Amino acid sequence: MRVLPRPCGFAPASFGWHTGSTARCSRCPPPAAKGVTQRMTVTTYELSDLEKLEAESVHIFREVAATIERPAMLFSGGKDSVVMLHLAAKAFWPAPPPFPVMHVDTGQNFPEVLQFRDRTVDRLGVRLIVEKVQDDIDAGRVHEDHPGAPRNRLQTVTLLRGIREHQFGAVFGGARRDEEKARAKERVFSFRDEFGQWDPRNQRPELWNLYNGRHRKGENIRVFPLSNWTELDIWTYIRDEGIELPALYFAHRRKVVERDGMLLAADTEFITPAPGERVFEARVRFRTIGDVTCTGCVESDADSPDAVVTEVSAARLTERGATRADDRISEAGMEDRKKEGYF
Amino acid sequence: MSQLLRIATAGSVDDGKSTLIGRLLYDSKAIFEDQLNAVELSSIQRGHKGPDLALLTDGLRAEREQGITIDVAYRYFATPKRKFILADTPGHIQYTRNMVTGASTADVALILIDARNGVLEQSRRHAFLATLLGIPHLVLCVNKMDLVGYSQERFEEIRAEFRAFAMKLEVADLTFIPISALVGDNVVTRSENMPWYDGGPLLRHLEDIHVASDRNLIDARLPVQYVIRPQQKDFRGYAGTVAGGTFKPGDEVTVLPSGFSTTVTAAWGPGGAKVEEAFAGQAVTLELADNIDIGRGDMICRPNNRPAVSQDIDAMISWMSETSALKPGASYALLQTTRQTRTTVRDLEYRLDVNTLHRDEEADSLTLNEIGRVRLRTQKPLLFDPYRRNRETGAFILIDEATNNTVAAGMILGTSQQETHVVWHAGSITREERATQGMTVWFTGLSGSGKSSVAMELERRIVASGRPAYVLDGDNLRHGLNANLGFSPADRKENVRRVAEVARLMADAGVVAIVSLVSPYREDRDSARETHQEAGLPFLEVFVDTPLEICEQRDPKGMYGKARRGEIRDFTGVDAPYEAPRRPDLLLRPSDGDVKQLAQIVLDRIETAQ
Repeated sequence: MRVLPRPCGFAPASFGWHTGSTARCSRCPPPAAKGVTQRMTVTTYELSDLEKLEAESVHIFREVAATIERPAMLFSGGKDSVVMLHLAAKAFWPAPPPFPVMHVDTGQNFPEVLQFRDRTVDRLGVRLIVEKVQDDIDAGRVHEDHPGAPRNRLQTVTLLRGIREHQFGAVFGGARRDEEKARAKERVFSFRDEFGQWDPRNQRPELWNLYNGRHRKGENIRVFPLSNWTELDIWTYIRDEGIELPALYFAHRRKVVERDGMLLAADTEFITPAPGERVFEARVRFRTIGDVTCTGCVESDADSPDAVVTEVSAARLTERGATRADDRISEAGMEDRKKEGYF
Repeated sequence: MSQLLRIATAGSVDDGKSTLIGRLLYDSKAIFEDQLNAVELSSIQRGHKGPDLALLTDGLRAEREQGITIDVAYRYFATPKRKFILADTPGHIQYTRNMVTGASTADVALILIDARNGVLEQSRRHAFLATLLGIPHLVLCVNKMDLVGYSQERFEEIRAEFRAFAMKLEVADLTFIPISALVGDNVVTRSENMPWYDGGPLLRHLEDIHVASDRNLIDARLPVQYVIRPQQKDFRGYAGTVAGGTFKPGDEVTVLPSGFSTTVTAAWGPGGAKVEEAFAGQAVTLELADNIDIGRGDMICRPNNRPAVSQDIDAMISWMSETSALKPGASYALLQTTRQTRTTVRDLEYRLDVNTLHRDEEADSLTLNEIGRVRLRTQKPLLFDPYRRNRETGAFILIDEATNNTVAAGMILGTSQQETHVVWHAGSITREERATQGMTVWFTGLSGSGKSSVAMELERRIVASGRPAYVLDGDNLRHGLNANLGFSPADRKENVRRVAEVARLMADAGVVAIVSLVSPYREDRDSARETHQEAGLPFLEVFVDTPLEICEQRDPKGMYGKARRGEIRDFTGVDAPYEAPRRPDLLLRPSDGDVKQLAQIVLDRIETAQ
């Protein structure tokens, strides 16, 4: 691919992603050494891996916007949803993405992630819809096992209510096929019936880049533009594009408590160490960000996107296996939740 | 630059496919410890001895409970050289549907054969589907070589057998690798057990396969997907993924179906990256010089290189619905590039048996996993290229409008011959009103038999008698009318058909058409005779029966020599057959005389035929 050199790297300054970033951008020609004439790039008519994945995701966004009424994007401030929003912004440039983003809020958040969420949607001029799990608890539509219990499972009810109330025909999610084996079998356009349920035995065949988004009123299509991305792709892309993330993703010191073989943040109002649980300070970072009560962190020194890419390349545990208590429920934990309407 | 490679695997558990995938994933460190631990735990619970790597890919509860694979699973792994996306398709049920799905975007098909069993029906089916879907590279892994004593002879045997079958398919690149997935021979590292094999291991082959040339960079095609018009800015961009060729600012382009022409003023990548030349595979936004009405479903191309535009399409269909069948007369929604329309199935020409390639022309429906050739009529014209020329613009899906389900995958062959629209226009002059009465004299025989010499002498004598005559010489016609034909049986058939039609027109106009053509196939000559009989015109088949040895001795054009030296192929009498007429109207042998005498014999026969 031949791209004209830009002073800041790949994206135009007005686009806003590159501000303050000094990250290496793989798409910019390397700076010429002093006294050396820079050669013109030769057009090879080839896309790099990430350019191919980007093109595929952009195609999916445009396809949904063109064919399905009232789409929306799930946005939590987690790295996958940040990358997804970044891609959506690129897909419709110079117009903003033609759909709102929705946050299904468990009420048990890291405060810095909420701040990051608000800052990001402001900058991009995207409308934010927040649907709170707490509202469904207060209305008696769902019940907590006990106060402070993980609320990931409860999100489904709130999500389905949000989709119904706003009459969304398509909802983008940041799930990737490499995350989990039930997800490895899900389509890019995943049909959900009027109860939001996924029927893995009866999925629509999906061929070439021809996506069938037809559905009746009340049904919806979950769309996964990052289906073919891996965790390493996401991090490499974050590094190359200079995408801003919540600071939690990079190594920092904090008080943690060890529970069920995972490290949980001990310095938030949602986690109360039980008697006998060890609380200590460690240098950690989060590989995923979700409900505070069930998102674990890992000990790490990776304090920049570049360092995270190196760490992820060498990792021997999946990000969900390492840090998500909710996925450890059973072999079919994810499949069961998806059948209920979860992403 | 690292190049993404999409692989489709085919085979059943018995072929060792899961073991092979497991090994590729594990050796390239794409399996994580927690995944492996989970698999080991499940394997022990199920009473297996070692970790059952199939459990890695069987992601659904029903799959693990029943020990089967239901759906296509996508796996991701990478080596320092390349990143791979592997679509793993099961061999048990719904086989064709899943393989077609997995193969639709693949660059490479990996086909597994158990060295003990050799080429089975299943292997042939995998290969056929891979070529039907236009996968350019086929890698045949002959697995379980350890169980046949690493026998080179066995490997060669399987290779020869598969090659013979593959000749019937359109395979651009076919590679054979002897492996043992279980032991690890030739998977990631070279095997020491097969010193006779001089190729590299499978993984290295996958790393090195050249796929950049598989794309169509010639025919510029941009199906318009979405029109970007920001509210505040003066900008109108046509967004889409380039489906072929290249586009750059300054290029003159034509927009179909309207046919308006304009110029590209700018090309933008995602996020407004300026692109000097957009090429196939890129998601781009083009700005054009003129404000013309362009919307989703239109196609931007070049004025002198356009896709076909037609409402009548011939296509191969793979039927994917369990609950309904394709039947002539039925209507569906059709999605092709970014274009959506309705279509009616006008005809099911045949159903193809994917195991034997037999065509059942009596079939009146296609059910789940069946493949057939259909003729479709669409409500709006499609803008397309044949699938074998462009996988992006030649593919479509059919959607059942009642259930909204995707029920078929389609690959366009081309525009249907529209004979139904053409009505025969009767002339006002009858044959009897013409000055002379025509007929056709058809000389057949080997090259060098003397057909043309006798034909020329005959023409001279007829013209001298005041009657119009004209020689249609096979070799001469191949310089013009038939310049685009080769010497395959299909091309020879077309060659004969065209000459027969021209001869019929001449005879109808009152000329004695003298055809001098090897025309080696009986069936083709018979249909030439039928063409004339239907038109009520005399037809005389003259067999110049000169023995091959004499023809070869004469060899007036040096062709036999070339054929014997292997410089030319499919030469009649040497490496292509000649079917002599059973009952020719006239038989000429060298013993009947010289050219002049032979011409006189024909002339006498013509007179008695009048």
